[in-house]
Amino acid sequence: MNIQIFIQQLINGFTLGSLYGLVAIGYTMVYGILRLINFAHGDLLMVATYVVIYGMALFSLPWYLSFPLAVMVTGIVGILLDRVAYKPLRDAPRISLLISAIGASFLLENLALVIIGGVPKPFPRPPIFDKVIDIYGVKVQVLTIYTPITTIILLLGLLYIVHNTKVGKAMRAASRDFETTRLMGINLDRVIALTFMIGSSLAAAGGIMWAMKYPQVNPFMGIIPGLKAFIAAVLGGIGSIPGAVIGGFVLGIGEVLIVAVFPGLAQYRDAFAFLVLILLLIFRPTGIMGEAIVDKT
Amino acid sequence: MIREQRNLILNTLTIVLLFVILWLFDRYGTDYQIRILNNIAVFITLAVSYNLINGICGVLNLGPNAFITIGAYTSALLTMSPAEKKISFIIEPLIWPLNVIQLPFGASLVVAGIVATVFAFFISYPVFRVRGDYLAIVTLGFGEVVRVLCNALQNITNGPLGLKGLKPYTNLWWSWGIAVLTIIIVQRLINSSWGRAMKAIREDETAAKAMGIDPFRHLLLAFLISAFFSGVAGGLLAHLITTISPTLFTFFLTFNLLMIIVVGGLGSTTGAVIGATLFAWGNEALRFVESPMQIGPLHIPGIPGMRMVIFSIILMVVIIFARKGIMGQREFSWDWIFSKIRSQRI
Amino acid sequence: MSAKRFLLAMAMLGIAGLLVNSVAQAEETIKIGVYLPMTGSVASYGQMEWSGIQVAHEMKPTVLGKKIELVLVDTKSDKIEAANAVTRLVDKEKVVAIIGEAISGNTMAGNPISEAAKIPSVSPTATNPLVTQGKKYAFRACFIDPFQGEVAARFARNELKATKAAVVIDVAQDYCVGLANFFVKEFVKLGGQVVSTTYIQTGDQDFSAQLSAIKAAQPDIIYAPNYYTEDALLAKQARDLGINVPILTGDGAQADELIKIGGKAVENMYLTAHFHKQAANTQLAKDFIKAFEEKYKKELSAFEALGADAYFMIVTAIEKAGSTDGTKIRDALSSLKDFQGVSGTITMGPDGNPVKSVVINKVENGKFVYVTTVNP
Repeated sequence: MNIQIFIQQLINGFTLGSLYGLVAIGYTMVYGILRLINFAHGDLLMVATYVVIYGMALFSLPWYLSFPLAVMVTGIVGILLDRVAYKPLRDAPRISLLISAIGASFLLENLALVIIGGVPKPFPRPPIFDKVIDIYGVKVQVLTIYTPITTIILLLGLLYIVHNTKVGKAMRAASRDFETTRLMGINLDRVIALTFMIGSSLAAAGGIMWAMKYPQVNPFMGIIPGLKAFIAAVLGGIGSIPGAVIGGFVLGIGEVLIVAVFPGLAQYRDAFAFLVLILLLIFRPTGIMGEAIVDKT
Repeated sequence: MIREQRNLILNTLTIVLLFVILWLFDRYGTDYQIRILNNIAVFITLAVSYNLINGICGVLNLGPNAFITIGAYTSALLTMSPAEKKISFIIEPLIWPLNVIQLPFGASLVVAGIVATVFAFFISYPVFRVRGDYLAIVTLGFGEVVRVLCNALQNITNGPLGLKGLKPYTNLWWSWGIAVLTIIIVQRLINSSWGRAMKAIREDETAAKAMGIDPFRHLLLAFLISAFFSGVAGGLLAHLITTISPTLFTFFLTFNLLMIIVVGGLGSTTGAVIGATLFAWGNEALRFVESPMQIGPLHIPGIPGMRMVIFSIILMVVIIFARKGIMGQREFSWDWIFSKIRSQRI
Repeated sequence: MSAKRFLLAMAMLGIAGLLVNSVAQAEETIKIGVYLPMTGSVASYGQMEWSGIQVAHEMKPTVLGKKIELVLVDTKSDKIEAANAVTRLVDKEKVVAIIGEAISGNTMAGNPISEAAKIPSVSPTATNPLVTQGKKYAFRACFIDPFQGEVAARFARNELKATKAAVVIDVAQDYCVGLANFFVKEFVKLGGQVVSTTYIQTGDQDFSAQLSAIKAAQPDIIYAPNYYTEDALLAKQARDLGINVPILTGDGAQADELIKIGGKAVENMYLTAHFHKQAANTQLAKDFIKAFEEKYKKELSAFEALGADAYFMIVTAIEKAGSTDGTKIRDALSSLKDFQGVSGTITMGPDGNPVKSVVINKVENGKFVYVTTVNP
């Protein structure tokens, strides 16, 4: 494998990794505060892409309106998800929350299937993102460059909010100690709703960019990216926002490089990701950037 | 007479009654009814063994499909004749000694259970190193890994082509016989000191440890027994549908089992039985929401997929509003029936 | 206990459902059962075949003087459900014939039951040879993979003059694995060489790793007998990487979505196919195409065409047999000769597999263009 192809693969891995990272941020934020693995998070990706498709097809909105619309709608869906599936179970045992999350995920997928149908739809990629440029003989899509840049910008924006605003402080407090934050008079419900909104919006952004790179959309498209994003979040240290992005990059690059070096292993790709997860959870559950999470069971 | 004697007699009578009913269906029932009854029995076996680890021990296992898959493939590979195997394995031949062994159905089920148990033993160390959410994800991971391996190891499982032409050995006697056996054994375990220890671990693991209970040993036992019966049920399933392939055993199956035990009542074997029955029967009975309906002058076109939407809603409604499910953690007991009868008399 | 009440309500709903069902059939109709994956992972194929069947039903709604009633049962892309579905159709709905399923694996779960009940079943698109093997009541409307693979290999060697092939196989679908296997056998027999074999999985969206291996092997043709979603993405990424050799694929890729998703990248992609509008020279085909495009306003794909053919084949067999007896219909089906179907002229072979021509299509200017027909 020559150096050109290696660099190509590295760039691909970087892009894939930034997509995982964007979605992983939402997972890690929700887990940080609620200690809940939001199984339905991956499906929010799917919701965003369908909003774009319908926005552009039904209402003929140009892409620079459809995309923000999709992000907003998904943010609202995220808040609704919390309201309906998780808020009533605030004081319930963790197993109930997990089950509710699984139920919500299946519900979203099957509702999409019933309403929209199972036939995959093409995603309308705006022509400006179609260009392919040539760097020293390596053909690179502009999208491959925009995606990580967008991810990093969003990440920096988020970190600013979390560390430099009052709301961010409240979120950090809630993830540190749920009960005490409540006693301090902070409206936890609002904080949680905001967390879901931000996390879902980021997932929406990730979903839109994912669909631009792999332009076909179906009701179950969010399952695998969702699971991989979760693995990325754990890899980077669950609860840590920069960790989620770093974990995403590690997972994305690792996945692509392994298959590039050993093409015969391509069919084991997903299994490989899970094995990484299992080993990680056993030997270093705090991940790369992780804060030591006291096991409250 | 003494309570234990009375219970034993009543239980035996119930089982006899059950088999009489089954015999009636076997002779006079339609194919459709028999198929649903077989489905119910297989799901009862699956649900009761799944409930052992999830409900009684409080361990969220999201990978039961791994055991079912292993059991199904083991049993299928053992009952197919060498000639059949040669025909099926068109891309890569089956490895030795699997390509020459052939066992009768019953033996293949036992082997299926054992192989699943061995696998459970191997993964028990990594699984029980962690708890809670992490354990759930680790088991989910193993479930997926097994499925991917079944797809990839073409010289053992025939990969995506799967195995077909299995003899439909599963009939009402096998399926219900094993279901009854599973219930008896699992209940025996639950009512023993082992079972009480498991419940203690579920309620508060630290306190249980303080009382001298070794969590790992007890959880391992539950895990292995659960795996054994799941494997056997996998074998039953394979010979009911007569063809298996990796797509049969996805997370979807796990979701169904989860729904069954949650609705039935996490921690109750009776609940698992009720849940499985409702599910297997409801799955078919609810088909009418997917076919066109005529209500007076209104013609409602069929919407395929509504069943799954309804099931998802039921799961969420139950977990949010009625977390205990139907039975909660209570079990059916003859005492309860007699007290009801007595209170009627008064 | 709200849960108890809820479940009681559900139970009552279920009972009501059983009653509603039995009340609905007042009129005398001839029932044809359809079991397809309308939901689940392969829902798109079931939905497409169902739309074809529906248009065919509108075109020919009666037989032997009675109305035909289609009973659709969803298999959720799942084998257990497929077996349940066929049992229900045979046992409860008392259908005279069955159309289904879309996927070989699920069909193999369902047709032992119809076989035992002596009800003929016709699968529109199950191409695995094992589906009809050893059965008397199992038929299909499509050609089988061994034939398709051979034709593809011959086309690659003789027309496209390819000597080095890179094969990309979707290992999650037995259809893809089987088809690739048959292609390779014939290609090598004809003197070709397979320089690279890579694997993908249904649902995969990133093929950069496989494609870089392919680029390094320098083939002069890529054989990717997969479904349209994967092939569209594969082609796109291949072109982006500068791999410009022709891509040859199978019937599973022929759907509108291939072009919609693949865009310019799938230009000049070749497909072995069941069907093309131009090659469709039978009157039935022309009528069907017109009716379909009027109703759905989209281009026809092989799935809809084959779904329709399965329907037409059964109706024709019932007419020929003059009865709704399963065995008589079965005999009529197996003696089908020169049936003018939507996807071409069909003569039923001895094992339930039709002898049909393979159509070679090409994508040109955003449309499927007919290249040639290969006769058996």
